[in-house]
Formats: sequence, structure tokens, C-alpha cells
Amino acid sequence: MASVPAVLASEWTKIRTVASTSWTLVSAFVVTVALGAALCALTKAQFHNLSDLERATFDPTLVSFTGMVLGQLAMVVFGVLVVGTEYSSGMIRTSLAAVPQRTVFLFGKISVATVLALVVGLVTSFLSFFLGQALLGGHRTSIGEPNVLRAVFGAGLYMALIAVFSMGVAAMLRSSMLSLGILMPFFFLVSQILAAVPGAKEVARYFPDQAGAKIMQVVPQAMGSDKTPYGPWGGLGIMLVWVAAALLGGWLVIKHRDA
Amino acid sequence: MIEAVGLTKRFGAKTAVDQLSFQVRPGHVTGFLGPNGSGKSTTMRMIVGLDRPTSGHVTINGQPFRELPNAQRHVGALLDAKAVHGGRRARTHLLALAQLSGIPEKRVDEVLGVVGLQDVARQRTKGFSLGMGQRLGIAAALLGDPQVLLFDEPVNGLDPEGILWVRNLMKQLAAEGRTVFVSSHLMSEMALTADHLIVIGRGRLLADMGVSDFISLNSADFARVRAAGTGRAERDALAELLDGAGARVLTEPDGALRVTGLPLPRISDLAHEAGLRLWELSPHRASLEEAYMRMTQSAVEYTSTEDPRAELWAQEEQGLKPWPAEEAPQVSAEGWYAPPPPGAAAAPFLMPAQPGDLAQAPASRPTTAEDPR
Repeated sequence: MASVPAVLASEWTKIRTVASTSWTLVSAFVVTVALGAALCALTKAQFHNLSDLERATFDPTLVSFTGMVLGQLAMVVFGVLVVGTEYSSGMIRTSLAAVPQRTVFLFGKISVATVLALVVGLVTSFLSFFLGQALLGGHRTSIGEPNVLRAVFGAGLYMALIAVFSMGVAAMLRSSMLSLGILMPFFFLVSQILAAVPGAKEVARYFPDQAGAKIMQVVPQAMGSDKTPYGPWGGLGIMLVWVAAALLGGWLVIKHRDA
Repeated sequence: MIEAVGLTKRFGAKTAVDQLSFQVRPGHVTGFLGPNGSGKSTTMRMIVGLDRPTSGHVTINGQPFRELPNAQRHVGALLDAKAVHGGRRARTHLLALAQLSGIPEKRVDEVLGVVGLQDVARQRTKGFSLGMGQRLGIAAALLGDPQVLLFDEPVNGLDPEGILWVRNLMKQLAAEGRTVFVSSHLMSEMALTADHLIVIGRGRLLADMGVSDFISLNSADFARVRAAGTGRAERDALAELLDGAGARVLTEPDGALRVTGLPLPRISDLAHEAGLRLWELSPHRASLEEAYMRMTQSAVEYTSTEDPRAELWAQEEQGLKPWPAEEAPQVSAEGWYAPPPPGAAAAPFLMPAQPGDLAQAPASRPTTAEDPR
């Protein structure tokens, strides 16, 4: 058996020696923090223009994570490229001719990328939170308030899970282009649009991003959002089911298809 | 030792590899020949477990590849020179592979030196030429110092110096007692590199034998005979005589006769008894290329609808007619084969006789590869 530590060491070398890793992760960090900060500053300035409902359910923690709507797309690109470039470059043939144990190979790769995504996700979420709260002025909350730490930690977890989900999808589709072509419009458009359409939103709330994002809310039905049949952890659980399904699919594909 | 038993691979309705059984033994360079699309690469991919056989199996030292512990220490494979992430540097690419089998980092620098890439080790591989890619692939194959080595078309894209290097490397690896399995569609290259041949066509085994056996079994050696004098009369008399003695006689454009089916001393005796003088009586041995062309003619997968090969035959036929061709042009061309270009068998890649010759003319080196003659 190619030992697990050997595969992890190899995958760590692989992931740190391509440019795409740094630019996708740096984009995820910069976009999330910067956009979150900008929207916090804007919210503070326009607070009096918010509706009564929004003011009643104002959730300063959630507002500081608004940048994730765009930042998660960089995480999607990171996840897709980590797995997809093996296929698009043909590197998969060289890799699998060296590690015949495909299960160890795939999960070794995904583990290394997940840890990296989680570290970047947590740094991003904590920085977004503190910067956002500083900019919210009098409307701020603090990390010591009930459930706030859970939301901040959950936001980092959410970013990592988005990346893992993308890795699973890329392993299933075996193509960076195809995976990005499906995931980007899905997370950026389809999911967000359906979430706003009456009727469709009952389905959309079970999508991985909609369900998982619940963990970032401190106030129930924050910012006038609809009541959901699941709580913050329930939402994260739904997202985990999606991630597990994507990984299972990716594993079945690499296990059974010719490389 | 690689052993394939009844190896079969189907892609939908198409059978790429059909009931292939062979053994590749250690201590030899075994050439794997076949026209394009004959299933060479698919077979190699099945050996290293990238493709799963539809039926049959292939083992390396008695074990299926996917069950080998520390595969790289047993098998090194160059399957595709372009199968690298172009954004990664050459050295880190090899390092990532080395770490998979716990191969020390020092070995990475060793193999980079072996393949001559030490100066570009820190460049990203997307800037590499095909030849540099091949060298990188060979470096990856050598990483684990394996006993079994597979190379799929290793000389593609290499310059003459590189081809010579690969050839010597293969021979050296085999001399160290390793199993070396090299695929190619370049017969002439195999003639110089391989000791043993496995030839396939349309996924089926056509031959599994030594190189010299392959040539003698699949080609007719011939004698070139030239009657004294330049007139037609002498030539026709000689041709008639040899034809009568049971030989197959073809005429060459310059008036010489190409005789098969009679040993050289017998030709001399016949001519002497008939009172005919000879200006030339020389033995000719067919090259591996010819032997291979004859064998795989029926197994060529991709022939264009224009069939340029048939045109090639027809053109050359004008210059080389069966005797007495002028009177009977309908004589079948069956059994006829292309004459080897002068010296081609000995130097298929326009290689200088001495490797040192290359170094003496470095200025002209880039052009030698394309220069037809």
C-alpha cells in the first residue's frame, strides 16, 4: 500500500507548487473580507433606511459575512482546480501509475485540500467578523454574545465545505471546465434566484449553500429571511449530506472508470 | 517479468485488444510494435492498471499492478510525456511523485541529472518541448529504481542525440537485468534497440519472437544479379535462365535483376554453366521495417480512403517490373516489397556512424532532424 502519510506528503507538495492554489485562496480571502467590510460600512450608513422587519431581526454577525456570496465562488474554483487539473493536464495518469490505490489517492488529495481550505476559511471568517463589527459602529455585536462564536466558526466551516463539495463534483465529472460551468452558475445564479422565487424557495432551501449558510445566522430569521424547518446545525447537516454524496460519487467514478 | 494472459479490452463495440497473451522477460529490451491504433497504448495502460481489462489479466512479477505494494519501486512507466501539470516545476513534479513511495529527495536530483534536465529543474513544465517532456517522463519512470520499466513511444520528439541516449539507456537497463518494454511504431528504431519483439495488429498478437527470427521469417532475402554488358539480350538471357531454374525474378530500373528463391552459389553456377558472365552478384537482407510492413499490411487500422500506399506501390512498380514485365504487365505484384533506401537499414535516423560526429557539426544539428537526406 502506498501509505497514507506518503500520499498526504505528495499531495501537499502538489498543492503548494501550483499557482492556482494561492490565487484562488487569496481571492476567496480578499473578496470575502473586502466585500463584507464594504457592506458593513454601507449598512451602518444606511441603517435608518432598513425596513422595520430588517431592523427588528438585524444580525450584525450575518452582515459581516455578506462577502461570502462572491468569496465562495473562489472557493469553488479552488476545489474544482485541485481535483480537475489532474484530469485536464493528464497528470492523473502519472499519479495513478504511481499510486494504484485510488481510494487512498483521492481522499489523500481531498484531505490536504480540505485542511488548507478550512484554515483559509477560518482566517477569512474571523477577520471578516472583526473587521465588519468594527465598521458597524453602534450596531455591532461581540464574539462573546450567545451563538456568535458558533456563527463565526461555522462560516469558516461553510467555506471549507463549499470547496469539498466542489472537489467531489470535479471528481465525478473529471473535468475542470465542466465542473466550473455547472457549479459557478449554480451557486451564483440558480440557487440565489430560486431562493427568491415563491414556491421554488421551499426546494432551494435544501440546496447545499442555502442550508449551510444558516450556520452563519445568530438571530433566527435574520434580516427578515423566511423561517426554515431546520436550525443552524441542521442546515450544516444538510450541507454535509450534499458533500458526502458528492464525495461518494467522485469516489465511485475514480474507483470504476478507466483513468 | 510482465505476463499477459488472454488480455482483452473492448470500448463499446470496438475491440482494442483481443485475447493478447505474452510474456516480457527480464534482461532484454522487448519492443512492442504495431500500427497506429493497434492497441499498444491500451495494453500498456492495462499493465499499469489505468484501464481495467474486459477479460483476461496481466501481472507484474506475478501480481496485478493495483495490488503491488509501493508500485513505483517495482514498475516505472512513461506513458504520456504530456501527462504533467504544466504549472508545476519539473523538480517539484518529480518530488511529489517521489514522496508517494517514500523515495528520498536526493533521488529526484539524481534522476534529473540522468535525463539531463538539471538546468531546467526549476522551470514550469508548460514551457517544455516534447523532447524535454519525454526526458521528464523517463526521469519519473526511473525514480523508484524499478525492476520493470514501460516506455510508450519514448523517442517521440527527441533529437538524434536524445534518440541515441534513449537507445543506450534501454540497453543499459536491460543489461542490469531489468525488464524493459518499449512500444514504438518506428521499426528501424526497434531494430537497433530491441532484442525481442512483440508485434500486434488490430489488437491481436502477430508475432512474439527475437528480432533476427522476425526478420528472417517475415522477409525474403534476395540476390541482386547483373549480367555483363549493358544490352537487353544478356539480361534477358540471364533472367530466362534463372526463371527456368525456379527463381522469382524482378527487374530493377538500372538493368539489374532481383532474384529470390535461389542461393547465391547456385546462381553463380547456373550462369557459369550457361556461359554468362556476371558483373554483380550480391546478397541483400531485408530490414526490420520491410519485414514489419509485410506482416502488418493487413492489420493497419487507419488507412485513408485514397489509399496512398497503393499509389506508392504503383509508382515504384514502373521502375521495378517482374520479368518479363514488358510483355505481361498483368503479373501480380504479390510478394513484392519496397527496396530499402540505400543505407537506410543501417542508419534509419540519419545517425552519424559515430556519436562523436554530432559534436563536430553542432551548427547543423537542428536541421539534421528534418533534413530528408
